[in-house]
Amino acid sequence: MSGGNINLTLRVWRQNSPQDPGHFEVYQVENISTDASFLEMLDLINERLALEGKEPIAFDHDCREGICGMCGCVVNGRPHGPERETTLCQLHMRRFRDGEVLVIEPLRARAFPVIKDLVVDRSAFDAIIQAGGFISVNTGQAPEANTLPVPRDHAELAMDAAACIGCGACVAACPNASAMLFVGAKISHLALMPQGRPEAARRALAMVARMDSLGFGNCTNHRECEVECPKGISIANIARLNREFIKAALASPEKI
Amino acid sequence: MQLDAKIPGGPLEGKWDRHRFELKLVSPANKRKYDILVVGTGLAGASASSALAELGYNVKTFCLQDSPRRAHSIAAQGGINAAKNYPNDGDSIWRLFYDTIKGGDFRSREANVYRLAQVSNLIIDHCVALGIPFAREYGGLLANRSFGGAQVSRTFYARGQTGQQLLLCCYQGLMRQVTKGQVQMFPRREMLDLVLVNGQARGIVVRNLLNGQIESHTAHAVVLATGGYANVFFLSTNGASGNVSAIWKAYKKGAGFANPCFTQIHPTCIPVHGDYQSKLTLMSESLRNDGRVWVPKQPGDKRPPPEIPESERDYFLERLYPSFGNLAPRDLASRAVKLMCDQGKGVGPTGQAVYLDFADAIKRLGREEIEARYGNLFQMYRKIVDQDPYETPMMIYPAAHYTMGGLWVDYNLMSTINGLFVLGEANFSDHGANRLGASALMQGLADGYFILPYTVGGYLADTRFSEVTTSHPAFREAEAEARARTERLLSIRGRRTAASFHRELGMIMWEYCGMSRNDEGLKKARKLVADLRREFWENLLIPGSEADLNQSLERAGRVADFLEFAELMLIDALARRESCGCHFNEAFQTEDHEPLRDDANMCHVAVWEYAGEGQEPIFHKEPLVFENVKLTVRSYK
Repeated sequence: MSGGNINLTLRVWRQNSPQDPGHFEVYQVENISTDASFLEMLDLINERLALEGKEPIAFDHDCREGICGMCGCVVNGRPHGPERETTLCQLHMRRFRDGEVLVIEPLRARAFPVIKDLVVDRSAFDAIIQAGGFISVNTGQAPEANTLPVPRDHAELAMDAAACIGCGACVAACPNASAMLFVGAKISHLALMPQGRPEAARRALAMVARMDSLGFGNCTNHRECEVECPKGISIANIARLNREFIKAALASPEKI
Repeated sequence: MQLDAKIPGGPLEGKWDRHRFELKLVSPANKRKYDILVVGTGLAGASASSALAELGYNVKTFCLQDSPRRAHSIAAQGGINAAKNYPNDGDSIWRLFYDTIKGGDFRSREANVYRLAQVSNLIIDHCVALGIPFAREYGGLLANRSFGGAQVSRTFYARGQTGQQLLLCCYQGLMRQVTKGQVQMFPRREMLDLVLVNGQARGIVVRNLLNGQIESHTAHAVVLATGGYANVFFLSTNGASGNVSAIWKAYKKGAGFANPCFTQIHPTCIPVHGDYQSKLTLMSESLRNDGRVWVPKQPGDKRPPPEIPESERDYFLERLYPSFGNLAPRDLASRAVKLMCDQGKGVGPTGQAVYLDFADAIKRLGREEIEARYGNLFQMYRKIVDQDPYETPMMIYPAAHYTMGGLWVDYNLMSTINGLFVLGEANFSDHGANRLGASALMQGLADGYFILPYTVGGYLADTRFSEVTTSHPAFREAEAEARARTERLLSIRGRRTAASFHRELGMIMWEYCGMSRNDEGLKKARKLVADLRREFWENLLIPGSEADLNQSLERAGRVADFLEFAELMLIDALARRESCGCHFNEAFQTEDHEPLRDDANMCHVAVWEYAGEGQEPIFHKEPLVFENVKLTVRSYK
């Protein structure tokens, strides 16, 4: 723990409601401990705003340990801020210099409408999973767990993809607001496990169709998503999604 | 209040089978006539929702967050236990049962814990079928590791993200049922009250957190899977939204609250480092498989760790508990850490930390293997503390983590209110006075997938229901009360935020009702909490209005409930005249500072009944009967 304090100027997006056009407000913050997390810094500002009789900045957060995927906004143009493979809640103020100006905005995408300030509606991700991001097995149907061996490297690759926390940074980072990394991660996770193969074709067709219908853009290989993903999900998963999709579209009898 | 645990007769091994046969069934065609509400979407709530929906019930599921996938089960790191005995190291259903009973310091029900061990294997089967990428051996079969309080390797894991993987697959199963129309999902809703009609739980009142609307929902049964209340300590490993509110509302409507003082303090968390801090981060217990816990032998030794020679280090867990070593159960490990720090041997800037050292393991296994096992945890540590745990030992200290106490439930997981079922951490059922690592995930999924779907059917088939709609006076009344309370909170217009009250409450509870308790402190804390509660209702400041997203208002409602609940915790701690598991009253200890149980007088579940505002709660007792295990002094030496 390094100790030390810094002063910052924040330009924060304030928006009362989905209909409100929104605007930036400037806040000076003084004497922030560099050991505080980014969200703890926002807590301190909010405490101050409340005592001044102003409305605190609304932002989503929950676990504060980088796993629930609830937090995330754009700091100086980068979802979850400047540090690689780090969620906003795990970003610490020691990553900033004294006197820096930080521009803080919600994750922006057509499919993620702003609800209030830095809070956006990411229910489109749930809708994509609803289209087929699961294995259809009912409670009680499962065979004994070791019946089907899974090659260790497949399980590891599946785990790499399954580490996605559904925060939406990939969408906000993409110039097309594409959800291909999110969808690719789920398709890969399930396609790499033998348990997920029976539905693989149907799943790929359905999830891609749902993604398109929700207003997400397409992937044109900017690779911004991979850089900004707090869990380091590789775009190899987008390649695998494309393979699964093409295989399904050309060779499978499934029609969506 | 009648406490009938409804434990089936006959031999332990056959109780659950027999009970399932004796439970009445709802025929397939009739299931669609029943509506069930599930509050909470962690492992217990999500598994219950999908399992009930698969059977054909109409399910409505509620959660606080923007999506059911955010529930805090997601943060569980280390793993999930099952009695598969894949490593051939002598595990069995009986051993998992015994370890859990002993780990809980003989303060849980034999029949419940045995059933938990029985269904543990089904959970692993089901989770594999759902596609969870569990760790595997090179032959493609499932890998296991060890956890605290066990001498066998029975923990299944997905790196350090087991909870995440389990929750996401559960959530995906839930989304599948949403697509089928069997589950209606209500995110960003907070339960404000439970509604009873003719003594039966028939619905809930919720607040839509986006627009402040109060909404009512009717049902034939209500399931609470709303997690634990460790956030009563303010600083805990729980997510920010974790609260006691839903079960507290149920308590005030007549549900017995069991063992509220049984709260688990987890030994390995990143220490507190500043007054701006909002949470404590857990470092998985699995780290104790390879990490060695130590302090300098000399109090006040401020040398950096590499300069302290082996001979001047005290590997105190290995010394105190030689047969379990660093994998001693959580309650004992936490107290040992505190004892070292109290003796002035603590390390780090505050002296409130001990080392968790991987140097030997890195020497033995190589850095790469350690990275494969714990990479994400090491990375998390580095981000928070800004030190590299591959190079220098981690510093850790205990933090509030899990609550064994919760609403009292019978063998069917039904509370003292008919038709109100309580699952997972929100109930009290399986962990006694101390939970073993990797058992919370097991219990949540056991309750949701393999127990509730049977027992709810038994209740529905056996109960007569009157027609109830949301225009019933009981709903109108609950809605009016919910609105009135919100207005009351908003109209105080004082000068202190809910967050500041929460912080102060947490400090009181940690100081007087944390790892070590005594009568004097507990009594003092009661007064402090009562004073703070009074100030809260006079001096609370909530900016904004009730008509849109107002996170300050949400927080205030939860803190208001914590301020009431904290007192019950203190009352329960005072009433338990012994030390057991995580409850350590300084007056009851051995010469070695181990807890001293009183099996003659205290071998019971303490159940509290609400008696009205300002009244002392009424104490009830469920005696614990042990027919299959012998109560012994819990030894890990």
